[in-house]
Amino acid sequence: MFSFDQSSRFFTGFCSGVLLAALPVLGFAQSAGHYGYGEPATEAQIQAWDIDIRPDGKGLPEGSGSVEEGMGIYETYCSSCHGAFGEGMGRYPKLSGGEGSLTEDRPEKTVGSYWPYASTLWDYIHRAMPFFAPQSLTDDQVYALTAYVLNLNYIVDGDFVANKETLPQVKMPNEDGFVWDDPRPEVTNIRCMEDCKEEVTVSDSAADKNLTPSTTGPLDEGLTE
Amino acid sequence: MLGKLRRLNRAVSEIALQESERLPSNERRRFLRNGLFTAGGAMVGGALGGLSPRLGAAETQFPPEIPSWTRSLGAGVVSEPYGVPSPFEKDVIRRNVPWLTADKISSISFSPLQHLKGIITPNGLFFERHHAGRPEIDPQQHRLMIHGLVERPIILSMEDLQRFPSVSQINFIECPANGGMEWRGAQLNSLQFLHGMVSCAEWTGVRLSTLLQEVGMKPEGKWLLAEGADGAAMTRSIPMEKALDDVIVAFAQNGEALRREQGYPIRLVVPGWEGNTHVKWLRRLEVGDKPWMQREETSKYTDLMANGTAHGFTWVMEAKSVITSPCPEMPLRGKGVCQIEGLAWSGRGKVKAVDVSVDGGRNWQQAQLREPVMSKSLTRFSLEWNWDGNPALLQSRVIDETGYVQPTLAQLKGERGTNSIYHKNAIQTWQISGDGSVNNVQL
Repeated sequence: MFSFDQSSRFFTGFCSGVLLAALPVLGFAQSAGHYGYGEPATEAQIQAWDIDIRPDGKGLPEGSGSVEEGMGIYETYCSSCHGAFGEGMGRYPKLSGGEGSLTEDRPEKTVGSYWPYASTLWDYIHRAMPFFAPQSLTDDQVYALTAYVLNLNYIVDGDFVANKETLPQVKMPNEDGFVWDDPRPEVTNIRCMEDCKEEVTVSDSAADKNLTPSTTGPLDEGLTE
Repeated sequence: MLGKLRRLNRAVSEIALQESERLPSNERRRFLRNGLFTAGGAMVGGALGGLSPRLGAAETQFPPEIPSWTRSLGAGVVSEPYGVPSPFEKDVIRRNVPWLTADKISSISFSPLQHLKGIITPNGLFFERHHAGRPEIDPQQHRLMIHGLVERPIILSMEDLQRFPSVSQINFIECPANGGMEWRGAQLNSLQFLHGMVSCAEWTGVRLSTLLQEVGMKPEGKWLLAEGADGAAMTRSIPMEKALDDVIVAFAQNGEALRREQGYPIRLVVPGWEGNTHVKWLRRLEVGDKPWMQREETSKYTDLMANGTAHGFTWVMEAKSVITSPCPEMPLRGKGVCQIEGLAWSGRGKVKAVDVSVDGGRNWQQAQLREPVMSKSLTRFSLEWNWDGNPALLQSRVIDETGYVQPTLAQLKGERGTNSIYHKNAIQTWQISGDGSVNNVQL
């Protein structure tokens, strides 16, 4: 709020010549709310909207869920897209399997083979699943589903119960598979202008592959595998 | 007053009668019958307007004939209260690739780059990416919450937000999956489907630094989480250095309110960074001391290398260029002089130069950059080429202001393998056949 108090204090400081150069810095540090627009967010409002979960467990709510409880919930809400055992349906994501496939020609990036942190599973199920009714599950249901999907990937045993203490301790198989500092640019191309190559060979062409939807006329609905 | 109207009607009727003299007899009869004398002057415009298509069907519109649209009245000023493109441009639309995603709810559309001029993408043609479909948000009911490691957490209405000082900047947005279908080979024979996950607009909004100053950031605040209000509650972690640099909370796109597909009523614009960081339908900004490792920054939008390790937080879209004419949708019309035209951009700043090759990269010529050339914006280039009718391999190569030279596909594959999916900014090759047709090929 841009109160009269603050502005008059600023004005007095300015006129008496106290630390003129430092004033703008001090002003920003102290006068959060220079414009004073909007409403202060209350603790209850923040808690209701603050849904994110971090790998260290920050944000995880009270509650718990077991692998066994998760199985039933999974069958009801998840299996129609992700398959009975997390094997995926159509182009909906696989949740399990894919161990050791990351170097293969067709890597399968699943919770077990790829995801570095278990917290992300709780977070994403809670914020975005089930696909057709996001944020409709209770915290206990989300814990149970998290436990079940981890179990589908052999990351936790069948008697695992997920809660805010146990979940951050789950070590994911591919946690160390990531580099979090951008190594790019990793390619240094030289700006050659003349005689840059001996010969040029076309290795592949998209012509006649019949994968391209139509680029004129109505939208192409039928071109599905 | 009435007398004046009558005189006006008579004058208009006389002109219309003279006009009807020039019509074939059957057209003339219909013309006169259609309420010319019964409904007065106001109807004359309508009758004349309704006539023109019939005229057009009967005669050529080319010289020496006078086109029907010249000899009739057009539609009035608010016949389209919100303008729409000419019906003759009906093919210029966003398109999708049905086999790419499980459904259209969580999917992507492609901008028709082959038909676009200049560097600004019209709002209705800006590519879309939805993770849980496009929500319909009432701006009166929408709120932006800013909290976390701040002195004064706040909730802003859209009215509140627009009271802050605002800025405008022209920036491209590119999905890091743009061209990602082509790592293992040439698949899609189309500029639109190969490169159409990039668009560019003038964004207007409030600097994130203004908002963070307003809430008073605590010194330990090193990261920012941005969250959307869509059914995916889409989130990304953004380091504070970038957040305070050039990120804005945008409410307008090319002079009008954001399109719904682009995050109405507000979205983040994170210049030069991969599209998914520009969180749409923005509802929450949280300041924290660590990244959140959300689904989109771990299981998605990370780059899998050939050795099985993956690179995360590869936010910047590195320099890229593509020839937009000719292209598979825009074949050459015949031998002789043609303008090779294209677009170039860099997430690290301005485009410094673009080179074009017509022999698959053996020899290169520097193209002309078309103004304006702006940081983290699309930039046009062109090169005049006298096509002799022989097969050719066209390529373009951008150099950005950091000195980075766009890599070849072979170089990129050599470094990353073929499982990377994202951030494929390799040189594109178009194969020109003797008949002028154009195909997407890889060397």
